[in-house]
Amino acid sequence: MLSRVLANHPVVAELAAQDPGALLDGKLDRGETTLIVAPARIREVCQFLKQRGFTRLSSITAVDWYPAEPRFEVVYHLHNLGENVRLRLKCRLTENESIASVSAVWRAANWYEREVWDLFGIRFDGHPNLRRILLPEDWTDHPLRKDFPVHGRRYGYAREEAG
Amino acid sequence: MSDEISLPAETAARRLTLNMGPQHPSTHGVLRMVLELDGETVVRAEPEIGFLHTGIEKECEQKFYHQVVTLTDRVDYLAPLSNNLCYCLAVEKLLGLEVPPLARWMRVMLTELTRLNSHLVWLGTHALDIGAMSVFLYCFREREEILRIFEMFSGQRMMTSYFRIGGLALEPPRGWHHAVRRFIETFPSRLDEYEELLTRNPIWLRRTKGIAVVPLEDLIELGVTGPMLRAAGLAWDIRKAEPYSDYDKFDFEIPTRTEGDVYARYQVRLEEMRQSTRIVRQALEGMPSGRHVADAPGIVLPDREKMKTEMEALIYHFKIVTEGFRVPPGEVYQAVESPRGELAYYVVSDGGNKPWRVYMRTPSFGNLQALPAMIEGGLIADVVAALGSMDFVLGDVDR
Amino acid sequence: MDYYLITAIKAAALMGFLLLTLLYLQWIERKVIAHVQVRIGPSRVGPHGLLQPVADSLKLLLKEDLVPPHVNKFLYLLAPFLAVTLALLSYAVIPFGPEIEILGVRTRLQLADLDIAVLFVLAVSSMTVYAVVLAGWASNSKYPLLGALRSAAQMISYELPLALAVAAPLLLANTLNLREIVERQHGYYFGLLPRWNVFQLPAPQIVSLVVFVIAMFAETNRVPFDLPEAENELVAGFHTEYSSMKFAAFFMAEYANMITISAMATLLFLGGWLPPWPASLGSNWAPTVLFGGAGALALYHGLNAARARDRRTLPVVAAGFFALALLFAVPRFHPLLVPPFWFLAKVGLLLWIFMWVRGTLPRFRYDQLMRFAWGTLFPIAVVNLVVTALLVAVFGGA
Repeated sequence: MLSRVLANHPVVAELAAQDPGALLDGKLDRGETTLIVAPARIREVCQFLKQRGFTRLSSITAVDWYPAEPRFEVVYHLHNLGENVRLRLKCRLTENESIASVSAVWRAANWYEREVWDLFGIRFDGHPNLRRILLPEDWTDHPLRKDFPVHGRRYGYAREEAG
Repeated sequence: MSDEISLPAETAARRLTLNMGPQHPSTHGVLRMVLELDGETVVRAEPEIGFLHTGIEKECEQKFYHQVVTLTDRVDYLAPLSNNLCYCLAVEKLLGLEVPPLARWMRVMLTELTRLNSHLVWLGTHALDIGAMSVFLYCFREREEILRIFEMFSGQRMMTSYFRIGGLALEPPRGWHHAVRRFIETFPSRLDEYEELLTRNPIWLRRTKGIAVVPLEDLIELGVTGPMLRAAGLAWDIRKAEPYSDYDKFDFEIPTRTEGDVYARYQVRLEEMRQSTRIVRQALEGMPSGRHVADAPGIVLPDREKMKTEMEALIYHFKIVTEGFRVPPGEVYQAVESPRGELAYYVVSDGGNKPWRVYMRTPSFGNLQALPAMIEGGLIADVVAALGSMDFVLGDVDR
Repeated sequence: MDYYLITAIKAAALMGFLLLTLLYLQWIERKVIAHVQVRIGPSRVGPHGLLQPVADSLKLLLKEDLVPPHVNKFLYLLAPFLAVTLALLSYAVIPFGPEIEILGVRTRLQLADLDIAVLFVLAVSSMTVYAVVLAGWASNSKYPLLGALRSAAQMISYELPLALAVAAPLLLANTLNLREIVERQHGYYFGLLPRWNVFQLPAPQIVSLVVFVIAMFAETNRVPFDLPEAENELVAGFHTEYSSMKFAAFFMAEYANMITISAMATLLFLGGWLPPWPASLGSNWAPTVLFGGAGALALYHGLNAARARDRRTLPVVAAGFFALALLFAVPRFHPLLVPPFWFLAKVGLLLWIFMWVRGTLPRFRYDQLMRFAWGTLFPIAVVNLVVTALLVAVFGGA
């Protein structure tokens, strides 16, 4: 699978040559390139890709594949404005694993990583300000996890639970 | 913050922390900003969002694919059709479904009307923030006509849900082209009216020129998209760069400016309105004929008439309504140019009848992150001008 | 005794007239702005929304009188009082017309004929800044404080060009008595062009009038200088923490100040109650023609009304106008009614400009506003004053 992606993508080939352990897998589906990146190498990979023209971080999000393991996929959508090429990076994480923050690579990552932390509870190491962004500060759950009921838990607020 | 402690006591004492929002007339909804002021100068700004978080992404996972369309309206309530379009395109890409030309062109026309609608609200509120009250009401006069057109098509003024997976919700109504033609014939002259009130108005120029300038590289780095990038000189428009829904068959230009200030954004958006009018005119004149939905039984609801006569149609209808349809596994990141910038839906399917994950990359969220960079060092009055020029919708930010 | 009685009657009449005007000025403003903005404006309470001001005042009167817990109570309550009192004080010296004879009593259409009336008005109007600053400071809240700071700086800055603009016509008039200033503007050039200060030789005060008008927008905190209460930045500025009648007091004060300053502009530059063209050319009949025309228009629209209720209300309005026209058609009443008519017409025109500008222009930024006052308006006013003084010294004034 990876080889087909490589043939289509000069930058990916270069990345694989430079850092052989970083790319675990890849696929080309419906015209979209996806690379599975080793979570430990994500910052370096992003740094490299940014230098190779992927100056814009389109978004960071996550997918929860509960009950499968590893449970989480953190998904990065990169965009090369000069060549008009998009690229998707994915890192697979288990429940309590954390991942390096890329907010030092793109400043835009700051809020996206906060959002992923807020909604999925995935920690980003080295993030300057990893606070909840959408939900109240005293909220305890991470609602986009598949094991969080859609109607919420009855006593969601820490304050109410204490009382 | 640690850097404050090192300040001379005198300077630190002169600072004033001002809480702007979530209830404030010019934060366009429920944005909250914590401003640190030195006199009237903003030293530090910290936007706080989430007051309008509705959990739409979570809810999308509980609905059948075709039910999600109505949720997408509620994300960016000033550009519901752009959201409809983006979601439908994403699912159609997952399904490998081709929609007929009429639906594609109709989608383009209505999305451009949505852009006009959204830009009109933007212009009105932006002008209102800077004190030009009348422009606001003039803009709403024109917006009313657009909403009337939407109502004609879908029965709804705002939450239209008119685009469905596989085409359009309903056949275009009889006489629609008269309504659209009447609108685009008067609209350019109305635009000239707004320009007369603002474009060369010395007070307007003083309030907008050279305000909230951020270099282009920083804007890209901060994740800003849309008219703000174009006002800073980058001619990047997804309608041209990655054409969808037959946009490559339309003739229009990407307006750009290089100044990157509030005034440049104003100029870019006004020019975009003119270009959108051009696109609508082309769509009106070259509208193809044919069906409004794809021939995809099991995905598109069958015609009412057929359901009365054909057993098969009735069964399909029953199945779609009660259990939806299955979408092959995979993932799609579909980006469109919404009035505010790059709007993208990342839809993940596990092969079932409900999306496994719908992520909305909303332009307002990305753009708002640049707010501190724009207003720090400026005056409070510039905060209002900068906020207005960013054109965010809090529903779009908080989702 | 007579003197006190007459003064009391005049004061009561003035007060009644003024309060009614203040009430309805707001209705007129809402209607004018609405029509600028392709809207209808108030239309629900009473015919054409005419009872809207009454409903508004009743609402404000009956609202709970709220005092936030964190304010300095004494100053907080003092500020709106001060604002209204000072705003109404100026009317004591403003003449509405010449000396008239009514029921055999000769009296002036003025409460107090002060020899230093101009100074009095200027002094009182500069006091109003205290109300604003006290309101902002006593509220003990950030938005009002910022609003009050802006307001204080703005009002003090614009006081200077305003005073300088006032000084120039005073050089022509050579008096500080408002009634005498108007009387010195009597007469016509070539039998047609009035000798108002704005046209008066040797130094026509056109520049002065422009400076005065701009400064008066700033003095009354109106668009495009409405920064102290710029709702899109500072919520409501200095009166953010005020509600019910206390809020209404500030509102009233703003409108009262608008009228005062328009009246000052009329008296100083536009010949007060003097007609724009001589009585020999029929200026005494202008009100009759005007009201008659308005009545005819209302009648025409009433007869061809689009809405059913206009068919009933507009003829009533027309009848009112015709009655006024008839009243003004009696030559006996001319000396009594025509001068106040011209005075009010000019003031009304200036007030209408206030509203028109509000419907048209955006708002300045704070620093731009200050730069405009000191960098543009002030030098112009100084140069104008010096030139006027030179011209008066060389060619001789009044």
